[in-house]
Amino acid sequence: MTQGENAPASRVLLKDVRPYGEGEPVDLLVADGRIAEIGAGPDVEVDEVVHGEGAVLLPGFVDLHTHLREPGREDAETVESGAVAAALGGYTAVFAMANTDPVADNAVVVEHVWRRGRELGLVDVHPVGAVTVGLRGTQLAELGTMARSAARVRVFSDDGHCVDDPLVMRRALEYTSAFGGVVAQHAEDPRLTVRAQAHEGANAARLGLTGWPAPAEESIVARDCMLAAHTAGALHVCHASSSGTADFLRWWKAGDHAGTVSAEVTPHHLLLTDELLAGYDPVHKVNPPLRTDDDVHALRGALAEGTLDCVATDHAPHAEQDKDCEWSAARPGMLGLQTALGVVLRTMVEPGLLDWRGLARVMSERPARIAGLTDQGRPVAEGEPANLVLVDDEHRWTVRAAELASIATNTPYEGMELPGRVRATLSHGRLTVRDGVVAREGAGH
Amino acid sequence: MASRQQAGAADSARQRELLSPGDVARTIARIAHQIIEKTAPESSANRVILLGIPTRGAPLAHRLGARIADFSGVSVPTGVLDTTLYRDDLRQQPNRPLEPSSVPAQGVDDALVVLVDDVLFSGRTIRSALDALRDQGRPRAVQLAVLVDRGHRELPIRADYVGKNVPTSRTEDVAVRLNEIDGHDGVVLRRSEEEER
Amino acid sequence: MRHLLSAAELGAEEATSLLDTADTLKRTLLGREVRKLPTLRGRTVLTMFYESSTRTRVSFEIAGKWMSADVINVSSSGSSTSKGESLRDTALTLSAAGADCVIVRHPASGAAHRLSGWLDETGTQVVNAGDGMHEHPTQALLDAATLRERLGGLDGRRIAIVGDLLHSRVARSNVHLLRTLGAEVVLVAPPTLVPMGARQWGAEVTGDLDAELPGLDAVMMLRVQAERMDGAFFPSAREYSLSYGMNEARLARLPEHAVVLHPGPMLRGMEIASRVADSPSAAVAEQVRNGVHVRMAVLYHLLAGEEVTA
Repeated sequence: MTQGENAPASRVLLKDVRPYGEGEPVDLLVADGRIAEIGAGPDVEVDEVVHGEGAVLLPGFVDLHTHLREPGREDAETVESGAVAAALGGYTAVFAMANTDPVADNAVVVEHVWRRGRELGLVDVHPVGAVTVGLRGTQLAELGTMARSAARVRVFSDDGHCVDDPLVMRRALEYTSAFGGVVAQHAEDPRLTVRAQAHEGANAARLGLTGWPAPAEESIVARDCMLAAHTAGALHVCHASSSGTADFLRWWKAGDHAGTVSAEVTPHHLLLTDELLAGYDPVHKVNPPLRTDDDVHALRGALAEGTLDCVATDHAPHAEQDKDCEWSAARPGMLGLQTALGVVLRTMVEPGLLDWRGLARVMSERPARIAGLTDQGRPVAEGEPANLVLVDDEHRWTVRAAELASIATNTPYEGMELPGRVRATLSHGRLTVRDGVVAREGAGH
Repeated sequence: MASRQQAGAADSARQRELLSPGDVARTIARIAHQIIEKTAPESSANRVILLGIPTRGAPLAHRLGARIADFSGVSVPTGVLDTTLYRDDLRQQPNRPLEPSSVPAQGVDDALVVLVDDVLFSGRTIRSALDALRDQGRPRAVQLAVLVDRGHRELPIRADYVGKNVPTSRTEDVAVRLNEIDGHDGVVLRRSEEEER
Repeated sequence: MRHLLSAAELGAEEATSLLDTADTLKRTLLGREVRKLPTLRGRTVLTMFYESSTRTRVSFEIAGKWMSADVINVSSSGSSTSKGESLRDTALTLSAAGADCVIVRHPASGAAHRLSGWLDETGTQVVNAGDGMHEHPTQALLDAATLRERLGGLDGRRIAIVGDLLHSRVARSNVHLLRTLGAEVVLVAPPTLVPMGARQWGAEVTGDLDAELPGLDAVMMLRVQAERMDGAFFPSAREYSLSYGMNEARLARLPEHAVVLHPGPMLRGMEIASRVADSPSAAVAEQVRNGVHVRMAVLYHLLAGEEVTA
């Protein structure tokens, strides 16, 4: 699934970098899209040199859950602006969700998204196919055709909507198992979340916002785990948001079940709580909703121990008019690609819940395995594909929506100081970000 | 009226006594005599009502009523007329609490109303009092009694009874103190606090 | 006061001052033929009602007019909102057109908060006349004014709020304000109509109205907002009425001095029996009368003072 092979081959020397933040800084030579040599000598002939100054080198991040809004809402994000944001966030592969307009429920749309990603050459853009036609939850989309298309779709999701009909979900899990697909479920029982606006609890009660009860997620997660076992299918739980979901998955994974179950958590659910809703600013509106401090800590623990497999951004750009309005009229979702690393460093690495290898696991290795990518999430080792990110762990920066690459500005972290800066990103051996700036000239056509 | 807002201990070097406690009592007594003379309250045809303008006009009206009763044997009804809702300078000042008006039960229709205030300055308070009074009814006539007239009128308004005329500059401030509100009687002239800042 | 967005943000001093002003205004206008004060001459007050509510809108309109403000009603159906204009653009347009104060009723919780944010730089002030299921502060103020009159004060009084707490902005505002003014509040409803987390409001929560009756100084009956009910929150209107309706038998079990309030419009026979609504214990008409004075007081506190800069 290697993309960007049409780019000119180049030799890049990463000087003074620390793979996984371990040991003394080394020089690492990248050539022909692969890690050619670790501990290269000073005399090696290269096209570009990146001075790492001791920065941490990790496998490039893989985001299983990104909304790029193209086609249909190019006023909020395009494949291009989203790809730039991804590269700047340290990502080398992103999965673009299917809820575009038209919906990515057929080969034409998924191939369009895939081709745009290849043309840009900044990050591998893998389209996610819709599970059902028009995300309507009733009739399976042409999953096999999308799988066989040029985009080679493996991840299917109606994200934004739950595949709530248990029979449709069962069929999707069964059907995709034939070609190694995975069904990524937005777990939300629609009957329990009619007009839901906020986590059901004290804050929603005070603010007069209709509650989104955690069991609406947990009950679907439990049901789908059982369906995955029954059908030997592959289930991926999108944006786990409650302590109850974490508890169930821990219990489930401890058992011996057929099928596979994986789960992601978003950066915002690792950091933000529904206390932020007090001012009714819809920048904090997201689905599933921000929950309580207890949930946040349960999710952090579950991610650290592996109950939750990975971090996925649920990067959801929305145009200003869809956010600068009354709460109930606002679209749910928040930007995430450029802030994910900082939030995970702050919530997981700084408190000691994960080390750098753990961060590589949840941001790169596990998501790549879940999606069946063979060229991403690989070890930083000689001969491996050079999809890499160089993180300046000493650097702290203040989030400014206006400075983010996305067209939309709906970040909940405005004005917040976050640790860690992406100094450089390499996609298939080519620098897509250097010194924190997108290296556009490298984009091959 | 500026003086009303400003209580507290100004430096005695910056203030000059205009009326001593004894002067205040004598002045009120003199005004009471003048009102009796001019309005003949003992005649049943001449119903007289004293309406004090808060804050310090209210106790002044009460004291005047008591003196009039002492001197003439006639009990003159007194009341309070709050002018806040009728002021034209509400936007220039911080929000002020309303004081309940209380007009004697017989009402003001066909009565001779004597408005009572502590200091007459621009005349704007009296203008708002006239408006407020109009909403209470139609008095036969309206007169005005003040303890101090400090000049600087901005409207064609004059007092019928004046305790003391005091020429002042605009940067000065006339502070009336009454026992009922301030714990002692007296009138002092001082430089206004805005100027001192 | 910059805006009036919620009863929760009113401190005891400010709330008492508003109630005192309302009381003074009421006495000022008592028995007058011409109920008109010049206080807010030249000030422009707009009512923007995105939900139909004759009583609240009319009450605000009368309040403004009795204080000589120019009151203009922007009906959401006849204005550009029906053309899909955003709340923000509508508000900024009305502010630019010269509104000193916008009184807003909106189906979205938090709409008044949002509006105040958008209008902060313009100086236009915002009064929340009911936002979704969040708050309706002037209703709580008029209820408090009525209870103060009837009971002589609120400190230490025990007041039950009965009915659809889940969807009720009146309940939320009243819990805050009554507690701020020193009253004990007990919330009475079937558990399906109690919001999750309501127990953290500092009020007791119970499902047993009958057990509470003898100890109450006032009962506030909430409208059962049938139009908001998506699911079956209770089996039937009959069962609701049997368990939570204020009928004559329940009225008899209340102390002699206890007051029965209802924000209206009443569903007679459902949450309140007709004879109770018309009994001397009921203060429904006083609530409406006090509503005008409380809203005059709010406008006075917002608009009569010095210009507030953001």
